[in-house]
This record gives sequence, C-alpha cells and structure tokens, in this order.
Amino acid sequence: MFSFCSDPDTLEGAAWWACYLTTRKHLLFYSSFGTVLLLLVITAPAALTLGFGGAVASRSRFLPLAWLGKIYTSMVRGIPDVLFFLFVPLALDQGLEWIRHHLLCPEWAEPIRQDGNFVVCREAKLPLSSAPEWMHEIYGFLLAVVAFALVFGAFAANVLAGAMRAVPHGQLETAAAYGMSRAQVFWRILVPQMWVYALPGLSNLWQILVKATPLLFLLGVEDIVYWARELGGTKTSVYDYPHGDWRLYYFLVLLVFYLVLTKFSEMGFDRLTRRFSRGQKTIGSSSPTPA
Amino acid sequence: MSCWDTFQAYALRSLGVGERILPRDDFTVCQEVVLIGSGLLWNLYFAAVALVLGFFLATGLALLRNSQRRVARKPAEWFIFLFRGSPLFIQFFLAYEAFVLLPRAGIPLDLGVVEITVQTGWLTRAWAGATLVLFLNTAAYSAEIFYGALRSVPQGEVEAAEAYGFNRWQKFRHVVWPTLLRLAWPAYTNEAIFLFHATTLVFFSGFPAWRQQGDALYYASYFADKTFNPFLAYPIAAVYFILATLALLGLFRLGHLRLHRHLPAPARPPLRFRLRLLR
Repeated sequence: MFSFCSDPDTLEGAAWWACYLTTRKHLLFYSSFGTVLLLLVITAPAALTLGFGGAVASRSRFLPLAWLGKIYTSMVRGIPDVLFFLFVPLALDQGLEWIRHHLLCPEWAEPIRQDGNFVVCREAKLPLSSAPEWMHEIYGFLLAVVAFALVFGAFAANVLAGAMRAVPHGQLETAAAYGMSRAQVFWRILVPQMWVYALPGLSNLWQILVKATPLLFLLGVEDIVYWARELGGTKTSVYDYPHGDWRLYYFLVLLVFYLVLTKFSEMGFDRLTRRFSRGQKTIGSSSPTPA
Repeated sequence: MSCWDTFQAYALRSLGVGERILPRDDFTVCQEVVLIGSGLLWNLYFAAVALVLGFFLATGLALLRNSQRRVARKPAEWFIFLFRGSPLFIQFFLAYEAFVLLPRAGIPLDLGVVEITVQTGWLTRAWAGATLVLFLNTAAYSAEIFYGALRSVPQGEVEAAEAYGFNRWQKFRHVVWPTLLRLAWPAYTNEAIFLFHATTLVFFSGFPAWRQQGDALYYASYFADKTFNPFLAYPIAAVYFILATLALLGLFRLGHLRLHRHLPAPARPPLRFRLRLLR
C-alpha cells in the first residue's frame, strides 16, 4: 500500500508493521467486518418479517396455516440452529437447481441423483459456471442470509407470538365491542401494543444474532473467522511477511470486536426500552410506579 | 451387510469402538441412522458434563456477583461479561489456539508443530478442551440467570430464617438456595436446551474430530457431503435432537417437581417450555 513497502525483507519495526497490516489480504480481512455488519443489517429486518408472519400464521383460524405457523415456531426449540445453517443453503441450492433443470433442460433423460452425485445440466447451474468469481461469492452470501433469516425468523416468531399473547385481552374485547373488525382489532390495537412486550425478547434475539454471525464461516463465506485463520497461520520465509502462529492474536481481535458490538447493542436497547416504556406502567419505565 | 451388522459395527464408532473405516459408498439409511445416533453420544457427554459442573460454578459466580465487596464482585462480573458477550464459536477457536500454543512457553521455538500437539494432547482434544469451554460458557449464562433469581428471593423469607437463628450456611442451604432454584428453573431449563444444541458446534470449530470420532452433526454432514443429499442425513439428526431435547425437558420436569414437592400437586406451577431467548 505504501511506497516503502515494495521490498518487505528490508523492513523493520514500525515500517514492517505498517506494511504488514496493510497488505491486500489484510484489507480484505478488514472489509470482512463489513460483511458481518451487512449480514446483520439484512438479516434483522428479514427475520422480523418472517417472525411476524410465523406468529400471525400460528394464530390463524385456518387450521393448516396455523399448523404451519406452529411447526415453524417450534422447530428451533428442538433442533440446533447449526443444523439449519448446514442444511438450508445446501437444500436451497439443490432445490433451485432442480427447478431450473426441469424448466431449462426438459429433454434431459438421466436421473439427477446418481449415486453420490447431484447432476443437473450446465444451463441449470447456479450461478453459471461461466459467471465471474464475485457472482459465486454473492450467491453463497445470499444463501447464508436466507438460512439466517429462516432460523432467526423462527426465533422472532416465538418472541412475537408471546408478545401477542401478553397484550391484555380486555383491550381486544373492548375494540371488538366498539364494532371493529378482526383485522382492525389486529392492526389498530394488538400490533401497536405488542412491541413493548416483545422488546426484551427481541433485544436478546439481536444479541444471539450478533453472536451467531461467525457461523458464516461454516457456510463457506470468507468472513472474519476465515481471514483470522488464514492470516494468523504460520507464514514461513517463503512469504513476504514471515511470522509464527498468530491465530490466537487474530482471534483475540475478533473477541474484542464482538465484546464491543454486544456491549454497544446492550446500551442501545436500554435506551430503546426507556423510550418505548414512556407513559406505560412497567418496571422499565422511568415514571415511579405506585406501590 | 444387514442392519444389525451395521449396528454392531458402528453403534459405538464415535467412541472408537467397532469398525475403523467409515462407510464410503453404497450408503444405506441404516448406516446413517446408526452412525448419527452414535455421534449423539458426544453431544450428550458434552452437555451432561458442562451442565453438571457448570451448575455449581454458576451458583458460586451468582453469589460472588451479588457480593458487597468489589474484589469479589468485579471478577465475577468480568467473567460473565466475557463469556456472555462473545460468540461461543470464537471462544472455541480461541481456546483451541491457546491450548495448542500453551507448552511453547519455555520450550525452544525450533520444536516442530507435531511434537507440541502431542504434548498438549489432552487439552487440544475435544473431550477435554471443548468440554472446558462449554463448562465455562454455560456457567456464565447460568450465573446471570441465578443472579437474577437471587435478587428476587423475597426478603421476608430471609428475615424469617434469621429470626429462627439460622446461621449463614443454613440460611443459604435451606432458604435462599431452594427459592433461587425455584425462581430460576424455567429460565435454566431453557439455558440447558440451548447449551445442548450448542454442543453441535464443537467439531466445526477448530477442535478436530480425532480418528473421525465426531458428534451427530459431524456424521450428518459427513453423509451429506458424500452423498450430496442433505434431505436424509440432516432430518435424521434433527429427529435425534428433538428426542434428546424432549428427554432433557423430562429431566428438568423431574427437577421442577422435586423443587415444588412441598406444595400439594394442584398448587404446583406447571413447567411450560416457552422459548426464552436468554443466550
């Protein structure tokens, strides 16, 4: 990066560090922190939407939809999230290719599942094998986002379903007595009131989501864990900047990153709780509660 | 090979008993069911050791955190912050790298990597190293739960115990602790289930599966990779985890009953499993 970095062997002290920390791979490492934040920014609203859908579905009067919602809400209670992270991207990838295969190559006669292989015609591959490298990376990242959104949507559905149950029933009955339709009761009374009950659960969910982001590594995305292992590993004198096994220090950096991130989130949610509790008689509100 | 033969060959494969070589081709459903079930033994082992030991450390940490003295309170607070504020996945990696590096201090650097891993063999191996991380991790989370419950123990109960002349230990053992557990139990049940599910991370995070002895998800992903079919191996693992979670829940119900045994049956609050996101 700097002009004096052209010959790394001659460098010493601060110059060595300045050059070492600005190698191309290190810049990729720094930008992968952005990947983590990007995942958080995309996943959080997606999961909230899915969770809202799941919670509404599980309350539905139409039984099959209610069952679907209940299955979706309860699946994360018995099955580890890691299992979904491994399963969803692979299943989704194969599902998409299977559909495209049937649409694009109807004349194909061979079976798709041959022993130990999944074979689709070349036009059905996702992304196409001719696609540039960055397309493959984006595709992988998108699959990861879907997996995260599905799992955290199910968690959010649990929180929101609980929050909907927590809204005092009298409120809903009063609204119905005023002649509001079911939809009106739902949108005008239930939804505005449920957030204060949902907030503690949602803030915990956000912390869980933050702490689940390193699992991107499992999904083959070049995230911070990938780069920490890559950069920290022992570099012999064949490399420009030889050093010993520094993975411990790289992981310490990640540890500090996450501690800071969770600490700031906690502070943010504390403010939000105070905000939402304004005018409400809950323990979280600043107004003194009558004894 | 009949299914019974497969069972005999692979039922304890995850512990290193039976057939050495994993199936490589002509995979059968039976093989997947047996091997993934065999891997579940590891998940049960990790969860059992971490939860049992973690319970006691968590109680101690909660008491320290509630202490009036700074010297006692601060370390407990920092410990809880460190383990609750960072991802378990990173903790595994960090611990593994630290265990690998440990003996290097004091040993000349020209030693090969192979010799070093041999020397710290037991800590870099999952059965010890990963269990240690899980133990500390669940202790921190449970300590936070117990601390919250400790703060909610009714003052009147403690005062009544004092009026009876209980000493500090009696007060804790017979009044504070049982009430604390009763208050914390639903949240603690939740934490136990989260921890059990978190054991699936071990073999995907630094800790190598020595001689391909891994947990349920390790074998499930092995089959999914080899057969390119995620639709069989993962659902099998999922069913195992659902059953094991239900069994764990059953155990916690027993604990719940015991904690409320002084109440007549109709007065006992039911232990409902509502997912509480505390992790």
